[in-house]
Amino acid sequence: MKTRYTNGGDEHIYVEMDDEMSLDAFFKSLSMSNAVREANIEGVTEICPANASFQVRFDPDVIHPDKMMEKVKELEHRAEDAEKRLTTRIVEIPVYYQDPWTHETLMRFRERHQDPTGTDLDYAARINGYDSAEDFIVAHHSQPWFVSMVGFVAGLPFLYQLVERDKQIQVPKYLSPRTDTPKQTVGYGGSFSCIYSVRGAGGYQMFGITPMPIYDPTQTTSYLKDFLVYFKPGDIVKWKPIDRAEYDEILAQVEANTYTPRTAEVDFDLDAWNADVAGTNAKLLEALDNA
Amino acid sequence: MLKIINPGLSTSIQDLGRPGYFHLGIPMSGAMDRFALRAANMLVGNPEDAAGLEAVFMGPEIEFTQDAIVAVTGADLPAKIDGDIREPWTSFEVRKGQVLKFDYLKGGARAYIAISGGIATEPNLGSRATYPIGALGGIDGRALIAGDTVPVGDQGSTARAGRRIADDLRRGPGTPARLRVLPGLYWHRLTEAAGQGFFDDEWTVAAEADRMGYRFKGGRKLEFVEREQPFGAGADPSNIVDGCYSYGSIQVPGGTEPIVLHRDAVSGGGYFTLGAIISADMDLIGQLQPHTPVKFEKVDMPTALAARADRKAMLQRMRQELG
Repeated sequence: MKTRYTNGGDEHIYVEMDDEMSLDAFFKSLSMSNAVREANIEGVTEICPANASFQVRFDPDVIHPDKMMEKVKELEHRAEDAEKRLTTRIVEIPVYYQDPWTHETLMRFRERHQDPTGTDLDYAARINGYDSAEDFIVAHHSQPWFVSMVGFVAGLPFLYQLVERDKQIQVPKYLSPRTDTPKQTVGYGGSFSCIYSVRGAGGYQMFGITPMPIYDPTQTTSYLKDFLVYFKPGDIVKWKPIDRAEYDEILAQVEANTYTPRTAEVDFDLDAWNADVAGTNAKLLEALDNA
Repeated sequence: MLKIINPGLSTSIQDLGRPGYFHLGIPMSGAMDRFALRAANMLVGNPEDAAGLEAVFMGPEIEFTQDAIVAVTGADLPAKIDGDIREPWTSFEVRKGQVLKFDYLKGGARAYIAISGGIATEPNLGSRATYPIGALGGIDGRALIAGDTVPVGDQGSTARAGRRIADDLRRGPGTPARLRVLPGLYWHRLTEAAGQGFFDDEWTVAAEADRMGYRFKGGRKLEFVEREQPFGAGADPSNIVDGCYSYGSIQVPGGTEPIVLHRDAVSGGGYFTLGAIISADMDLIGQLQPHTPVKFEKVDMPTALAARADRKAMLQRMRQELG
């Protein structure tokens, strides 16, 4: 990993921990962006952590860009020395795979897809070496995921799967982006899963849909009353496959404001995870089961 | 109160924006030409960050239910009261019951309409700026529609008609528009020839030019330095592991059509960016019509900061002259 520092115009410093994705790069970017936040540098207006990089926005009338760069660079050792440990929460997200709504949408945009004759799931299963869409779905939901970035549009989480690199699912984005994606679609592009927080354009493959809103500008949904965005970087997610009946049931609860996402507080230690992926994941899932 | 009789093509409530939530995917929003909105607010005696209207290409038709002082800046979109043209960049009076209309656009792209007292819709996350994708700000997070009634705040004691901004302070793009660029971010992904070509070629504004981003076409396709794509980045040479996008950064999907990300842009994604438009020139983009010729000009940091200081000095002069 070699850190790269650069300017984004006269108002941003951009720091790339690594040009490829890894949990190590994500942890380093999260701790370094936290170190920048804690340093309370005068003139900083926004700190935005991403998958393997982060960005600092500042007012160059308050601090010269060269000085800002210097101050950010000074904090790199803090990120290197930081413990790769995080107290966070694991959240269960119900997913109705192969649902009628994303299916209707993917059929509508078939000419923009690599495989116009199949579905997004059939395609993803085939190119990742699974015998069927059903086997692929099991691989998608059996192990937990890390929220490595929130962004693109309001409240949209990017998720990185907590498995060894050779088991990572990789799927290209659509050849040309769709102009429509149903709200709460569970998608996939590159090595990231995502949940589309709002309806709109999108290029990720579509696998299913969750009945659980994750962005609510009206702040009426019971668990979004305090803040309109549900996810933050560092959250851990477990997908729970559900059928149509369960989907309708949860949707009714959401609408009645009685739905509460299942969550548990957990500690995540990157070194422990690297040493024992299966064991560490099992403990995370156990914490959720006991919640 | 304002009664919207006809909203025009796309008229939205905007202020200076909603900073602080970019890390959650909520962009800054706010006026694309912040210079013009500040000027309009100064003319009518409002705080510079008050909310006004941003009208794109075509003016709205608005009935006033109270007396007000109004100013229109930015695009050359002539305002009319009872059929009489009102001077641009100059405050004028609108009486209760009168209707503000506009003539056809003569230049620029976005006009800013400030009303004494400022627009007083309910702010979301500290701003009234309309962000349709996230349904924030404005009225129900959308552009104005016919039949809307827009609340206006109490006007300040300094609001009066006949205040005027000097001609040399009415900032706008030239022809061809010159947009200054600070190379950076993922600039190293381009070959030297491609980097040179980007600045040598003349580009024109494409039809896809809105508050999210401005697309440009007409220049040569950009070639990338060959590499094995990093894990997680995606197969196309223009792809990177998804990261944050700087305000004003220039992405070039597939190396073909540059897109400058503006106030409502996505906060991040998987395309390389070759640098960013300097902060002083972002206002100018909001005034570009489709088909306008554009030259990107490579500058260094001292030039970017000097341009930023010049813009600031113009606003300062404006404040002093308007007293």
